[in-house]
Amino acid sequence: MTDNLAYLRETFLQPAPPPGGDSTVLGWLKRNLFASVKDSVISIIALLVVVWFLINVVDFLFIEAVWTGTNRLACATVAQGGTLPDTWHGACWAYVNAWFTQFMVGSYPRDQLWRPITVAILFVATLTPLLIPKVPRKGLNAILLLIVLPIVSAVLLLGGVFGLPFVETSFWGGLMVTLILSFIGIAVSLPIGILLALGRRSKMPIVKMACVTFIELVRGVPLITVLFMASVLLPLFLTPGTNIDKFVRALVGVSIFAAAYMAEVIRGGLQAIPKGQYEGADSLGLSYFQKMTFVILPQAIKLVIPGIVNTFIGMFKDTSLVSIINMYDLLGIVKASFGDATWLTPVTPLTGLIFAGFIFWLFCFGMSRYSAFMERHLDTGHKR
Amino acid sequence: MSKKLLTAVIGTALLGLTAHTASAGTLEDVKAKGFLQCGVNGSNLAGFGAQDSSGKWTGLDVDLCRAVAAAVFGDASKVKYTPLSAKDRFPALQSGEIDMLARNTTWTINRDSALGFDFRAVNYYDGQGFMVPKKLNVKSALELSGAAVCVQSGTTTELNLADYFKANNLQYNPVVFEKQEEVDAAYQAGRCDVYTTDQSGLYSIRLSLANPADHVILPEIISKEPLGPAVRANDSKWFDIVSWAHYAMVAGEEFGVTTANVDEKLKTENPDLKRFLGEEKDQHIGKDLGVDEKWAYNIIKQVGNYGESFNRNVGEGSPLKIARGLNGLWSKGGLQYAPPIR
Repeated sequence: MTDNLAYLRETFLQPAPPPGGDSTVLGWLKRNLFASVKDSVISIIALLVVVWFLINVVDFLFIEAVWTGTNRLACATVAQGGTLPDTWHGACWAYVNAWFTQFMVGSYPRDQLWRPITVAILFVATLTPLLIPKVPRKGLNAILLLIVLPIVSAVLLLGGVFGLPFVETSFWGGLMVTLILSFIGIAVSLPIGILLALGRRSKMPIVKMACVTFIELVRGVPLITVLFMASVLLPLFLTPGTNIDKFVRALVGVSIFAAAYMAEVIRGGLQAIPKGQYEGADSLGLSYFQKMTFVILPQAIKLVIPGIVNTFIGMFKDTSLVSIINMYDLLGIVKASFGDATWLTPVTPLTGLIFAGFIFWLFCFGMSRYSAFMERHLDTGHKR
Repeated sequence: MSKKLLTAVIGTALLGLTAHTASAGTLEDVKAKGFLQCGVNGSNLAGFGAQDSSGKWTGLDVDLCRAVAAAVFGDASKVKYTPLSAKDRFPALQSGEIDMLARNTTWTINRDSALGFDFRAVNYYDGQGFMVPKKLNVKSALELSGAAVCVQSGTTTELNLADYFKANNLQYNPVVFEKQEEVDAAYQAGRCDVYTTDQSGLYSIRLSLANPADHVILPEIISKEPLGPAVRANDSKWFDIVSWAHYAMVAGEEFGVTTANVDEKLKTENPDLKRFLGEEKDQHIGKDLGVDEKWAYNIIKQVGNYGESFNRNVGEGSPLKIARGLNGLWSKGGLQYAPPIR
């Protein structure tokens, strides 16, 4: 039999050195950046661009930046009426500092600032333990965060009871509005989205049709149109005198929007669950709700965490659309501040937008990191 | 089908509208609720309607709202502001969401008649102007032949520009952008020689340029943009109060009465001024107008006269430093003129 083989090795091979030579920094550099002449040229050019860019950014943001001042003259060059040299180009943090309270809470009465601050503390205090998997009593915690906190916050922020002066929503603004809109949107959209997704897969024709109609109708219209309709046209239709608060109108608009998108994300998860799971649950004699809550949904939602978080992040950023109906969310108030003649300089808009962008990024990046953590934490069998 | 539906919807909207305007009596409504709801500029137009860093509203238009509140309530602080964009300002007034609109709105015949509003007082005479770099050494818009002009598309500004150059037989190259920021950027980058928009806007744009002193605003105004407060039509009582609140500020400047000296002026012997300040015996100007006799005194005391307000918000006392020009008193070559208060 052996003569039929074309080749037969009779000695062991000498062990070769590990691939790639060494694992030192130099070795890594040589392997990845300077493997050939062409690679080296590209690497050096890219590095120079990055370094040049970083130097400029750091220079603008920190080194040349103005940190203190009381009006535009602090950030103006000689030609603009100030004292800085004409070649100066830096961020005007003094302006962000002066507008900081506005950026955070809008024109909320300054003597009542403790109210939004208290709400913020309560929010962090109830959210943090819910986010840490090891902390017990998740059910109670969720009720506190999703039901008790919104009610307490509404009472605290609006006032008008318990001797708190009434603060209209037209005084609300800045990051506070962005966070309230997106938190309520998120809190409302998830349960409604789940119901809509289940409804859409239901075998009952009327429920199914209602859910499909709602989802398709809401998804088929841009959010900006709904907000515009709610703010401009709705008052014309209603009998004069009936004035639904603009904030509430926006809140409802944002929430139903998020719910429709969420429904489709969750439906994706439901469809990914093999039929055997449904049949298995049925054969155990579980009722519909038992089947869904104990078998299907825990698996389905886990599958679509990236999609859910994607929708959350999208919604968080979409809330800035409310500025077109003249509600001052974070971006809206930053833009509005450009019109403040006290701080009008060429660098003011840039500084303001960098600040707003940084805040938005902080929240979105936080959400995305947490979802990655959650995926790893929940991933109990799908890891490859 | 959909056409029918649309007609029905619009019909209902109009019905609601007329029903409201017919109910009238804004003054009674305002007095009943205890504050004035004033529509102002929502995108923070420096000098006209803008929030400052403490959340306080300031500006020429805001001062007018405060003056009306001072006349009606004797307290200029009883105003709530509704920030509005150019698009939603008219529906807001029509629907009764606001009691008056003071949002640098141009008085045109169409808005006065077809849209169902009333205009009379003009608190700022604006007009389209030109800004050019100083180094071009241009002294008048008539020297702009062959210039590249930066302009925002789809605005009356663009049409006025075409009309003006055609009427004066001048050549020009329009450099058109859709957004204001794009126009700003193009002008700064030197893509055009001239920037044109409303003159009041040019002053604040100039402040945001790298070298404001290198740019001059030409004296020519090529369009008429009288900006003033608007109210719903067919409510002459309320319309009178809003108009006369402005005239009282102008009259205050004519009399030389300011926030600082108004209490002193109460002792005056001048019958005209006495009437103005509500000191004449048995006078009924305020009563006829539907407000307190001290209405003008309250306006001057709490808001100031027109000159003070102008100076503080857009004039020499502000970063904008707009010259009085057309907005000077009639006796000083401007157009601001208060009808006699008697």
